[in-house]
Amino acid sequence: MSKYSIFSLARNALSYHEDWQRAWRSPDPKPEYDIIVIGGGGHGLGTAYYLAKEFGYKNVALLEKGWLGGGNTGRNTTIVRSNYLWDESAALYEHALKLWEGLSQELNFNVMFSQRGVMNLAHNLHDWRELNRRVHAIRLNGIDSEILTAAQVKKEAPIFNVSPDSRYPIMGASIQRRGGTARHDAVAWGYARAADARGVDIIQNCEVTGLTIRNGKIEGVETTRGAIRAKRVGVVVAGHSSVLADMAGFRMPVESNPLQALVSDPIKPVLDCVVMSSAVHVYVSQSDKGELVIGAGSDLHVSYSQRGSFDIVEGIMGALCELVPMVSRLKMMRQWGGIVDVTPDRSPIIGKTPIDGLFVNCGWGTGGFKATPGSAHVFAATLAKGEPHRLAEPFALDRFHSGRLIDEAGAAAVAH
Amino acid sequence: MFLIDCPWCGPRQQTEFHCQGEAHIARPKDPDALSDEEWANYVFNRTNPKGVHFERWVHNHGCRRWFNVARDTVTDRILAIYRMGEKRPKVKS
Ligand SMILES: Cc1cc2nc3c(=O)[nH]c(=O)nc-3n(C[C@H](O)[C@H](O)[C@H](O)COP(=O)(O)OP(=O)(O)OC[C@H]3O[C@@H](n4cnc5c(N)ncnc54)[C@H](O)[C@@H]3O)c2cc1C
Ligand SMILES: [Zn+2]
Repeated sequence: MSKYSIFSLARNALSYHEDWQRAWRSPDPKPEYDIIVIGGGGHGLGTAYYLAKEFGYKNVALLEKGWLGGGNTGRNTTIVRSNYLWDESAALYEHALKLWEGLSQELNFNVMFSQRGVMNLAHNLHDWRELNRRVHAIRLNGIDSEILTAAQVKKEAPIFNVSPDSRYPIMGASIQRRGGTARHDAVAWGYARAADARGVDIIQNCEVTGLTIRNGKIEGVETTRGAIRAKRVGVVVAGHSSVLADMAGFRMPVESNPLQALVSDPIKPVLDCVVMSSAVHVYVSQSDKGELVIGAGSDLHVSYSQRGSFDIVEGIMGALCELVPMVSRLKMMRQWGGIVDVTPDRSPIIGKTPIDGLFVNCGWGTGGFKATPGSAHVFAATLAKGEPHRLAEPFALDRFHSGRLIDEAGAAAVAH
Repeated sequence: MFLIDCPWCGPRQQTEFHCQGEAHIARPKDPDALSDEEWANYVFNRTNPKGVHFERWVHNHGCRRWFNVARDTVTDRILAIYRMGEKRPKVKS
């Protein structure tokens, strides 16, 4: 792999940028691998990368049924933060945030990680008390977190209506200044390129259609490009996790729901941080192109349609027009949905399954983009050793019968 | 968004209804006899199929009554609507 740099840019300018090397190969599947990772989103690609880089695995394949990043990785609103309430979550998301901070250099690929700050609004006394409790709990875990008054919110994000007699008055906010956004496609591509350079076979248009299991042990996978043997298999397929579990004959505490987002027409810079409101379920930031990127809520029925209900869009835009009156003058250009894998406690499931050698990393639901590097790293460690990484251990599937839930549902209400 | 044919009120917009999750999950007959794994299976595990899903809906902005729906989760097409307590109908997606 040739390194991207100012010199390679200059060199390629001489040939009118027509001779850039392909960012990754497109190999045919081999008959057997040490480890197969299913799912070419950020979490799967990152897992393959860390397996090769940190754990020395040379014989790894990543299988993706469509194209890289075509799942939730390429559909999300890219909010990155680590201000979670419970210790287990704080440790995992902060591990991810630390990796984000060096990711572009690590991958030699600009993931455009921008620590522009993530603000969470409080609209009523209950919100405000909860927010204060969270800010202090988060600080006790050594994670940056501040409180802003309404006047400070107005200063940081002037387009917001902080008038006390507005429909959703703003009492104040919390802010994590190390939080921000990143370019979702670049995360998938950067990991893919770096994994490929270390020998990982990245195989697109290769859908896993069955799992080969003998005597309770994984032996390989059936795919649309033939059967492939493997000693260990990691399933990282987000909204399709139950489908893969069904192939292995077990069920999981996961339901798949559509989650939507939309973008406005591009305008001049008006917002230089991310603002979220759990109470009205709005989150908004401005992309480098100038579009307002707006995240909505999820539908509450099971669906794999990648299409959300229109009333969700109507609800969110109504709320946003109240919070940010100038939005009523904007046109919404595109709208789309992804299928998110939601668990009862809104925390991910990472680790072993009832099948020996089959591991799962899912349940990231509405908020797993921020965790991409951390999730990938701890899952790679888990796959490499066959035992859960220290930070992944509390997120094991067995927490649902031991009762040790990590209830970020109650804690955060919303988890983007 | 889809139209749902309430067995009592007729076709109405989805926004009038609320989906209450997977149907036909029977409460254990002898709860004391259940292991932790069996409890977890009852309380948390879900079928979550890509294809036909049998689920409960309530017409909460209408007659407020409950009923069952068989829906294809890929196309969102409703394949059957039937009353609480009735058996799963045979449907093809
Ligand atoms: C609208 C929206 C907004 C969001 N906003 C945020 C946000 O602001 N911040 C945040 O942190 N998170 C957010 N999320 C959540 C976040 O996108 C996900 O948690 C995260 O991207 C999941 O990454 P992944 O790699 O696990 O899954 P994905 O990117 O979905 O990758 C899974 C891959 O598996 C593949 N696959 C499935 N079945 C098979 C099979 N049988 N064989 C082979 N391949 C298969 C799929 O094609 C897919 O590419 C949002 C999600 C959505 C939909
Ligand atoms: Zn009715």
